[in-house]
Amino acid sequence: MRAVDAMMECLKAEGVDAVFGIPGGANLPTYDALYDAGIRSILCRHEQGAGHAAEGYAKASGRVGVALATSGPGATNLVTPIADAMLDSVPTVFITGQVRTDLIGTDGFQEADVMGITMPIVKHSFMIRHPLEIPRALHEAFHIARSGRPGPVVVDIPTDLSRADIPYEPVSDLRLPGYQPTIEGNTKQIRQAAKALATARRPVLYVGGGAINADASHEVVELATADRFPVTCTLMGLGAFPAPHEQWIGMLGMHGTRAANYAMDEADLICAIGARFDDRITGKLSEFAPRAKFIHIDIDPAEISKNVPAHIPIVGDAKNVVSRLAAEYRALEPDPARLEEWWQRIHGWQERHPLAYEDSADAEIKPQFMVQALYEATGGDCVLASDIGQHQMWAAQYFHFREPRRWINSGGLGTMGFGLPAALGAKVGRPDELVVCLTGDGSFQMNIQELATCAEEGIDVKVFIMNNGYLGMVRQWQELFWDRRYSHVAMGRFPDFVKVAEGFGATGVRMQDKHTLVEDMRAALATQGPVVADVVVTQEENVYPMIAPGAPARDMKG
Amino acid sequence: MGEPGTKELLSLEELEAAGGMRTGRKHVLSILVENKPGVLTRIAGLFARRGFNIDTLTVGPTDDERLSRVTLTLDGALHPIDQVTKQLHKLVNVLKIRDLEPADTVARELALFKVAADGGQRAEVMQICEIFRAKVVDVTKRSVIVEVTGTTDKVEAFERMVRPFGLIEMMRTGEIAISRGRGET
Repeated sequence: MRAVDAMMECLKAEGVDAVFGIPGGANLPTYDALYDAGIRSILCRHEQGAGHAAEGYAKASGRVGVALATSGPGATNLVTPIADAMLDSVPTVFITGQVRTDLIGTDGFQEADVMGITMPIVKHSFMIRHPLEIPRALHEAFHIARSGRPGPVVVDIPTDLSRADIPYEPVSDLRLPGYQPTIEGNTKQIRQAAKALATARRPVLYVGGGAINADASHEVVELATADRFPVTCTLMGLGAFPAPHEQWIGMLGMHGTRAANYAMDEADLICAIGARFDDRITGKLSEFAPRAKFIHIDIDPAEISKNVPAHIPIVGDAKNVVSRLAAEYRALEPDPARLEEWWQRIHGWQERHPLAYEDSADAEIKPQFMVQALYEATGGDCVLASDIGQHQMWAAQYFHFREPRRWINSGGLGTMGFGLPAALGAKVGRPDELVVCLTGDGSFQMNIQELATCAEEGIDVKVFIMNNGYLGMVRQWQELFWDRRYSHVAMGRFPDFVKVAEGFGATGVRMQDKHTLVEDMRAALATQGPVVADVVVTQEENVYPMIAPGAPARDMKG
Repeated sequence: MGEPGTKELLSLEELEAAGGMRTGRKHVLSILVENKPGVLTRIAGLFARRGFNIDTLTVGPTDDERLSRVTLTLDGALHPIDQVTKQLHKLVNVLKIRDLEPADTVARELALFKVAADGGQRAEVMQICEIFRAKVVDVTKRSVIVEVTGTTDKVEAFERMVRPFGLIEMMRTGEIAISRGRGET
């Protein structure tokens, strides 16, 4: 059979039910095979959209997302999604066409060194040099993408090789001697961690996106409730612990709650689960959690002691480690009363510094109010894909995530334009869920073309634009740190998003009265097919509280 | 600190941080990699983007044609070596990394020196060569080329000795290293 037909067999064997992409010269054979392969193929309008859609699919479903692109510009358009998937550890496989082998290195038409360009931003990559390598490379790509610390894998296939006739046999043995992720945590270390937790008087569980990747949220709750450990999550970890829980102290970091950041600052023991001590979390590193000892649980050994030296490192899968840690902890039967004083202190912060904003006196919609209205209109019962900027931070603060894989956003790379295609992908991955995209007027325009994909493919995504007429987060920084010199952040009057939506085949509505906002949102959610709601909000509102970049976490403003 | 499995608690004060330490000495990393296209680029790229400086780097075949050996040296005063090796381990084509202990290792590098040596000076240069067990491999009227094999210290000592004569150029391979004893590196 043709190598591309073998490729389809591989994809099916890996459980792929949908791929996102765009055909072009060098991947014509792949698309020919896709024509009747029985795999759903979604024609995106830009390869970047296809890449983020694959990420959204993966984040929402937990399965590997697949994006296809042709050589040269098709492949380079995937660079941003690949980098995004790398920083957020998203299991994805990117299959790119390459010019035929005799043209490689000659600056052939639509030739780009995709391996070279993507090497710094992939978990691994395969350059196919012989058609017989294709099935094995694909299976290895999926295995690497989804196992260990997940990430993006690129498979670059020259067009002539993809047309070659090869015998296809299912590949069952993977030959990856240099790739053996550690799953089982070390028992001795886990016992040590349990004892440290049992000794601690001011402990905090600090939970990141790794807990979601490991499907460990159940275990996180188990550990947290083995005693009364306060729990905070990173932006990527939201949903790993239910936000309504009494032990929930809010998100931490730059725009986290005071309670969470102060608790980290005063903690005597911090147990990090699948989190990587990013600069948006630590603030000034040298003054981060000065009194704390650290238990660090991560499947990637290189994360441990990278930014903050760990006292009890545990390499392993969070699901495995945390569940055993909870059991070891319970066996120690520690006295829960020792945490009473700590909780009093935390409750004090929570009472004194709740998340708050000043609501408008008239019909004007405050952006925070918009997020609360969206929470009310959906009952929180949706997958929320967010874009990048102020709306993302307000969503993280005011939308209470109860479950994992319901909060889809670009945390590490902070890619504007991520939201809409990610929502599209999430809907394909979880068709039975309500999928909402919360975006900004800036972010939305960076991949707005994917509205056409939604309309054509009948992908029912509800988009809510928090429209403040600015690149809001940049404006906020110019206001706070650049003497209010608003350099090139005003977006002006155009486009008219309602008309744009209609042109793309979606329903467009505008919302500008806070008194009817929840009802208006409910009506939009009840409308058939993709909807774009242009929600006009206060122009100059800042996200607070805030740790200024490079400042210590305890110096929160606002 | 209590035995594993006992209920005896530990004191948080006694816990010490591990990792992220700078050793302050030179490290020789011996890295066994799959002999596949692009492997060296992956290693070099990793060092570049993580801000690790390589002092020397050599690559060559091993007794198994599917594998290559990369030997690189770097300064443990500038980098936390554990972070370097952990990042290297994440490369799928990297099979094995050893941070070689200087005492248990035989390390050698090869250097070629082109030294200005006309007439009277030549004898003196040759004398130094003899002391260092270096080999003169080419002689012209006004210069000699000398081959030196040895540890980095020896090569550098030789360099200091011949520099006053007029060092025209010098080329060094960087160290390769092998562990002492019966076991594989």
